[in-house]
Formats: sequence, structure tokens, C-alpha cells
Amino acid sequence: MNNISEEIMVKTELAVTAMGLDIGYQGEPVVQNINFTVEKGQSLALMGVNGSGKSTLLKTLIGLLPAIKGELRIEGKGAGQSPRQIAYLSQFHTSGFILPLRAIDVVRMGRFANHGLLGKMTGADEDLIELAMKNMRVWDLADKSLSSLSGGQQQRVHIAQVLARHANLLILDEPTSGLDAGAREIYQEAIRNELCRGASVITATHDIQEAMDCDQAMLLARKVIAIGPGKDVITAQSLLETFGIVITLNQQNLGIAVVEREHGHDSPCHD
Amino acid sequence: MNLFVDPFLSNIFLLRALIAGILVSISCGIVGTFIVLRGLAFIGDALGHGVLPGIAVAILLGIPGIIGASLGAVVMIGGISLITRKSRLSSDTAIGLLFVGMLALGVVIVSRSNTFTGDIVRVLFGEILGIDNQAILLQAVATLVIGVTAVICARPFLLLCFNPEQAQVSGFSSTLYHNIMLAMIAVAVIISFQTVGTMLVFGMLLAPAGAGALIARRIEVMMIWAALIGMLSVYTGLLVSYHFNFAAGSSIVLMATLIFFGVLVVKNIQLFRNRLTEKVNHE
Repeated sequence: MNNISEEIMVKTELAVTAMGLDIGYQGEPVVQNINFTVEKGQSLALMGVNGSGKSTLLKTLIGLLPAIKGELRIEGKGAGQSPRQIAYLSQFHTSGFILPLRAIDVVRMGRFANHGLLGKMTGADEDLIELAMKNMRVWDLADKSLSSLSGGQQQRVHIAQVLARHANLLILDEPTSGLDAGAREIYQEAIRNELCRGASVITATHDIQEAMDCDQAMLLARKVIAIGPGKDVITAQSLLETFGIVITLNQQNLGIAVVEREHGHDSPCHD
Repeated sequence: MNLFVDPFLSNIFLLRALIAGILVSISCGIVGTFIVLRGLAFIGDALGHGVLPGIAVAILLGIPGIIGASLGAVVMIGGISLITRKSRLSSDTAIGLLFVGMLALGVVIVSRSNTFTGDIVRVLFGEILGIDNQAILLQAVATLVIGVTAVICARPFLLLCFNPEQAQVSGFSSTLYHNIMLAMIAVAVIISFQTVGTMLVFGMLLAPAGAGALIARRIEVMMIWAALIGMLSVYTGLLVSYHFNFAAGSSIVLMATLIFFGVLVVKNIQLFRNRLTEKVNHE
């Protein structure tokens, strides 16, 4: 258990620092001049329409895409240089229906980064796998084939894989897509536990309430519209700039009403 | 009993064919599993044909075909990588382009040979009954290399099948392990071409692994099923070929394909029965 204890020791430096960061594909920037820091044990939500640069930023943070310009430090190192410390949930899962895997096999993959090619899995690894599956309420599905699970159950298994990594930084691309209200609550509780143990969480989300609950929110529309504490930066004006529609928030910030499109077209949608 | 065993005991060439076929089944079972799970069927097919010019040059120069096939595979994989890196074309386009180009080049080269028809048929459909001890030894070594590589790279290969991004984020270079996987496919194709030929090796890569995917719930089990189904195809194919005087390589691949469809039918019947039972229980 000592190795695991050392592994989860929380360092004091910032989890993520980005300064003057330009991100994009093949040298063509999608978003320019991004500046932010995420401290240990804090959360950051990225919001924006499809194609606004959320996933591009996440992929840059984990080292799948090179930064075009600027400085990026993840856990004190360059992006992609500390795989043991970073867990990633991608937006799309290519596992599909053909892969012959049980739910527990998927979660077990979360421990591969810590053991390399041939390192032996230990009892501590099995404990982390069981805990992650129990936290996401999929332990009773452990022996089920992945393809036999519903979309929401599969997503919970994928999230359990990320939790089993026991990483210092969790990078999640639309983690609640496909989850029902109950499963979202299970997810949020699991993320609260991760933050409590000192891990940092960066999430791309379309859920305004989820973003408001984070320590920071960044609104993206191929540029940074706003960044700061969720409750401060998520306003009707910033949402208009981000999504191109007027969204009003009620007093408790629990409901959202789309009342008007940017160019004055009435919307029939009211909550 | 004699009908099923005697042909192999009384004909050394048939026994050698059986041993070679079993080795091909093991290597194709392992490699075919990754081809099926990662959707690499097209590149597997293209490699089968991409080695043709190399083999053709080897025939003309009188050097072992396996050396020419290896060079052909290197050119094919290098060419695909070059086109996808230097252009915005998808790997499918690069594979298709080189696939037909290399096949045409192979036929053009072989057409210079005096025994064109015999050579091309031998390359495309194999010559399992003419296999010698040296070729069997080479196949055994290649099968061992494929098996050991699959064990060593089990984790990155599993992650690649699951999600290449996860492999990269977990500290395993997805490019490196993808290329290792391609190299394994190339080795399986190269060692199998003498047995079932470049055309039919694709059937041995896909049909047993495809059937295995229908049966297994774990990747290791799928590989074992694929290898066993391959072996059964080799045994029954050789028997049918011996008793009915059919072409041996084609009989083997035909058996593998028939077994695949047999498994598919059985699985669908099982599925239908399960649904029926659930419906009855529900009512």
C-alpha cells in the first residue's frame, strides 16, 4: 500500500499553468492567448458550443496535440510528460460493441499507466479498481460484458476507469453525456471525493449548473470569452457571447430559460 | 478413423502441411484478433497483396520469396505512413492506392517470368503441399516472435483496441505500438504466403478471428478460439482436399469461412432463444 500512498501524496505546486497559450491543429490556431491556472484540489469547467475549442484545449493539456505557442505546465512538467499523474476521459469511446471486454477489464486498464509494459498488478491496484467501481455503482456489473451494458452504464464504467487511475489531475470531456439524473449525482459525488483528496479536475461540459459548481469556469467561442469563479463569469451576457442565444438564469441559478436568439428571433423554449 | 488420420500418417507432405497450417493458425489467430478489433481488415488485405512485387522480384532473381515478401511489406507500410503524413489523405486512400499499385507491379514483374501462370497461382494461392522442413522451422520462429510480442505488448495493444488516445495518455506511444501491430500483421502475412498464398491468407486472418469475436467475452479467449478454429480449418481443409482432390489452400480458407458462418448461425439461434425465453418469463 506504500506505493499507492506515495502516489497520492499531494504536491504543493499548481496543477496546471497556461500562459499565452495558442491551441489548434497543424499550426492553425483554434483559440489564442489562453491564460489560466488550476490549483491542487480545484476544479475548472470549460463551456462553449461544439467546435469552440474545448476538446482541443483538453487534448493539448494531455499532450495529444502540441501547443502552437505559449507555455503550458502540467504537474510541473510539459504536457504529456507525466502520464501517471493524469487521467483522461475522452468524449467518444471507440470500444463500441465488438470489443470482448468485461466491465472490470475496462476499469483495470486505468492502472496500466502505473505499471508500464510488464509491471505486476498488486492487491492495492485491485482495491483501487473495486473502490472506483463501487463509487460509480458498477461493481455489481463487473463481470458483465461491456457490450451488454446500456450507454449510461458504459459511461459510468468509463468514468470508473478514470477514478481507478488515482491521478492528481482528471481531464474529462463531457463526462455526464448519456447519464440520467441519478447517475449524474453519483458522478458528482465521486468528483467531490476526488477534489477532497487533493486531485484537480478539468471538465468540458454543456451543463451550466455543473459549470457553476466548479471553482472556475472558462467560456470559449474560439476565443476566451470569460474565466473566473463559475458564479461570477456565467452571466446572461457571457452566455450570449458564448452560445449566441440569450439564456436567463433564475435567482437560485437552478433553471435556465432560452428566451431569445441573438438576432431577435423568438424561441419557443421555456423552462 | 482411418479416413481422418491415415492420410497424415501415410503422407509426409500432408503431415508437413498440417504442422505448417497449425503454425499459421496460431500466428493468424493472434494477429487476426487485433485486425478484427481495430478494424484493420483493409490494411491486412493490402499487405497480403503489397508483398507480391517483392515475391515476384525474388522469383526472378532466384532468392527466397520470404526475403522479397519482407521488403514488399516494408515498402507498403512505409508508403502508407509517408502518404498519410505528407498529405491530408486518409489512411484508407493511402492503403487503397498502394494496394492496387503494388499488386499491378507484382503482376507486371511476374509476367517477365517464363512460368508466369504457375508462379502467380503459387504466390496467390500458396503451395502448402510442397512445404519443406526449413519453411516449417521459419514459420515456428515467426509464430514464436508474434506470440512473445503479443504477450509483451498486451497492455498497449489492449488500450489501442479500446481507444488509441487512452494508450497515448497512459504513457504508451500509440504510433509506436500501432507500427508494431502492423509489423506483426506483415510477419503473419509473409510466413503464411507459402501455405495459403497472399490472396487466401486474408481469409485465415479474418474468418477464425471473426468467429472468435462472436464467441469470446475476453480478448485472450478470442485469440485462443481464433487459433483453434484456424487449426480445425487446416485439418478439415486438408482432409477434404486429400479425399476430393481439391486445391489445398483454398479448401482450408473455405472451411474457415464455413465455420465462421456456422458460428454466426448458432449464435443467432442462441440469441433468438434467449429473447424468446425472456419474453415468456416476462409474460
